[in-house]
Amino acid sequence: MPHKTFFAFILPSLIAMVLFIALPIVSVIVQSLHVEHARVLVEVESCQPFGGCTTETRVDTAAMAELRAEKPMGQFNGLGTYLNRGHLAVNEIGAILASNNGFGDIATRIYNLPFYKALSFTLVFCFVVTPLAMALGFAIALAVNALPKVTKGPVIFFSLLPMIITPLIGSLILYWMIQSNGIIGASLQHLFNDPTLSLRASPVLTWASLLFYGVWTNAPFSFVVFYAGLQTVPGDTLESAMIDGASRWERIRFVIIPHLAPLATFVALVQLMDNFRVFEPIVGFSAEANATSLSWLIFNDLSGDAKLFGSAGATSVLTIVGVIVLLMPVLIRTWQEFNHKVV
Amino acid sequence: MKLMLKTTVSLGVLCLTAGTAFAACGIEGTGSVRILSNDFEALRLVNTTASECAADGVTVAANATAEHKNLQVPALSINPAEYTVAVVANNSIVPLLNDDLIRPLDDLVAKYGAALQPNQLIKIDGKTMAIAFMGNAQHLFYRKDILDKAGIAEPKSYEEILAAAEKIKADGLMDYPLAASDKPGWDLAAEFVNTYLGTSGEFFAPGSAELAIDNEDGLKTLENMKALTAYMDPDYLTFDANGIQAEYKAGNVAMMVQWGSLAGDMLAGEGAAEGVVANTVLTSAPTIAGGTTPAVALWWDGFTIAKNISDEDAAASFQAMVHGISPEMVAANPTVATWLVAGFEPGPTAVGVIATANAGARAYPMQPYMGLLHTALSAELAEFMAGTEDAATALADVKAAYDTAAKEGGYL
Repeated sequence: MPHKTFFAFILPSLIAMVLFIALPIVSVIVQSLHVEHARVLVEVESCQPFGGCTTETRVDTAAMAELRAEKPMGQFNGLGTYLNRGHLAVNEIGAILASNNGFGDIATRIYNLPFYKALSFTLVFCFVVTPLAMALGFAIALAVNALPKVTKGPVIFFSLLPMIITPLIGSLILYWMIQSNGIIGASLQHLFNDPTLSLRASPVLTWASLLFYGVWTNAPFSFVVFYAGLQTVPGDTLESAMIDGASRWERIRFVIIPHLAPLATFVALVQLMDNFRVFEPIVGFSAEANATSLSWLIFNDLSGDAKLFGSAGATSVLTIVGVIVLLMPVLIRTWQEFNHKVV
Repeated sequence: MKLMLKTTVSLGVLCLTAGTAFAACGIEGTGSVRILSNDFEALRLVNTTASECAADGVTVAANATAEHKNLQVPALSINPAEYTVAVVANNSIVPLLNDDLIRPLDDLVAKYGAALQPNQLIKIDGKTMAIAFMGNAQHLFYRKDILDKAGIAEPKSYEEILAAAEKIKADGLMDYPLAASDKPGWDLAAEFVNTYLGTSGEFFAPGSAELAIDNEDGLKTLENMKALTAYMDPDYLTFDANGIQAEYKAGNVAMMVQWGSLAGDMLAGEGAAEGVVANTVLTSAPTIAGGTTPAVALWWDGFTIAKNISDEDAAASFQAMVHGISPEMVAANPTVATWLVAGFEPGPTAVGVIATANAGARAYPMQPYMGLLHTALSAELAEFMAGTEDAATALADVKAAYDTAAKEGGYL
């Protein structure tokens, strides 16, 4: 294809990508470098139905309007927002490293900082849920592939259900089930003979339930992709393996898994990106006390009476950076495979 | 389905009676009235009543939504504003004031506000910025039968509540006699604000945005919040106001500090276990640490008129809202809310709020940076409440988070 034709061909999608992907990201980056103007405060008398009149501090709106007209973006803050306590907390970490009582103390105090607390759960979620969900998806795919034709349809539909259910609804359903008067919560209390056992109160059990939910909701995607991949496994190779006396496990290990490896890279890529943005289960499980994620931090900045756009922007940019870092090994691998094939 | 049918029917009847019982609205002039409000029964009622003002040349539309706080600033910033009326409370008026999005109402009050009482006018710097029409507060709900069995009189303070809870637990009457909306987020922060208001402490250093809760009062507040959890369901960190309402209705709770606006729902008793509603007593919120001020915030709900609209629309909107909160409407619906309107006779659902207000509870602070503190509290108190952090660290965390946010917001 001539370069010109190729360019004309992809131009519409290129424009759409710039408009809907590149520009918003640039705008978020610019936003994250700014903070609000210093507020001009005045003392005024305010009267309410209860308590009568008191002197209160108010923002001088006329003075603020002038400031905003001059510089609508607010004050330029450089990387200040990125380095403050709500984000990378450079000063706080410095102070912790300078004076501490050993490794445990450092870990606890860093974990106490909101960004690192959110990052720890986000990373744990990514690296526990992604492999487990892929393994489970692969197992389901193998099982479904071995089923007789008649039962395949319903079983596939049933296996896809977790993906069809809206994440928030799915997490709410599980959340209600693990309440102490829900079916799972009550059964566990009975099983362990401990009436105070609560999956929602202890941090460890909350994390476990969130991870369990993550595997449940992510497995169907791996299943679909691996199931499609299984249909392309060459029958000849399998048959010759069988003639050579390979057991079912050996056929899976030495024929099917190598055949599906490129697919696994793709699934891992997509799942890692998805899991890094974990948000709905935290809201659905009301787990804010014990587990937060980067996406939840952004949500928290933008909800409530005071909206911190700069802070939310900085967290968003850090999330993007995090996704790039996470995907780097996979991307490098893909690149090497690509080169390998060309040679 | 049955519930929905009932609601539909009662709403229908309400509209009918509203239509016949109230004097005609009769707006002077023409204009468009567009109301944005939170979504609960009392506000829907005000909106419906204001809608009666629709006539030749006057259109009335209302959007009652729980997302109102997120909508109001962008919707009122454009010119002409998307809504002419924003129904607000102590806290949600602040962003509108900060960005200068609402207009002074003194002229309109003089012209069309004959039915309003002086204490309904929210005055800031001598100018009327909002018209309050209902009050709200959290206050004590308790089960008289359980307290009688344990031989305890009505508790007046948190110390008495703790003693009562201990007795009820020891007597085996209930495992978890207390409940509070301790869910991290808005609810948990509100619990802190409530309790702190019961001490004599101030949240900020006078005249500045410097935080001042890192003191004895702050520690006492946290200690009290934590002490109560010993008598709560272990899942206490996941309960919001609706959650504890359900627990109380199920008969699992003997005492809780709950919203006055949910008293109507409680006394209506939909879904409540046998004997819960009949034995429920509503009374003033408790005091703390020997103080005399109830440890809760008082709230008002009121309406404001947008700045970026024509004077005709503003006049029409003001008249429609004055009609919406008219004494006739209040006389026909005394149980829906604790109205601040002339001639209101408090019904059984309002006694708790009125007792709390009469006992001298303080209003929820209206400082421009209070929202930042509320957000900082909502995220940083969770670990303390879960028991993985001590009170002093929690207060230091709140201060650090608030300082960070206040610097970003331009207040420090």
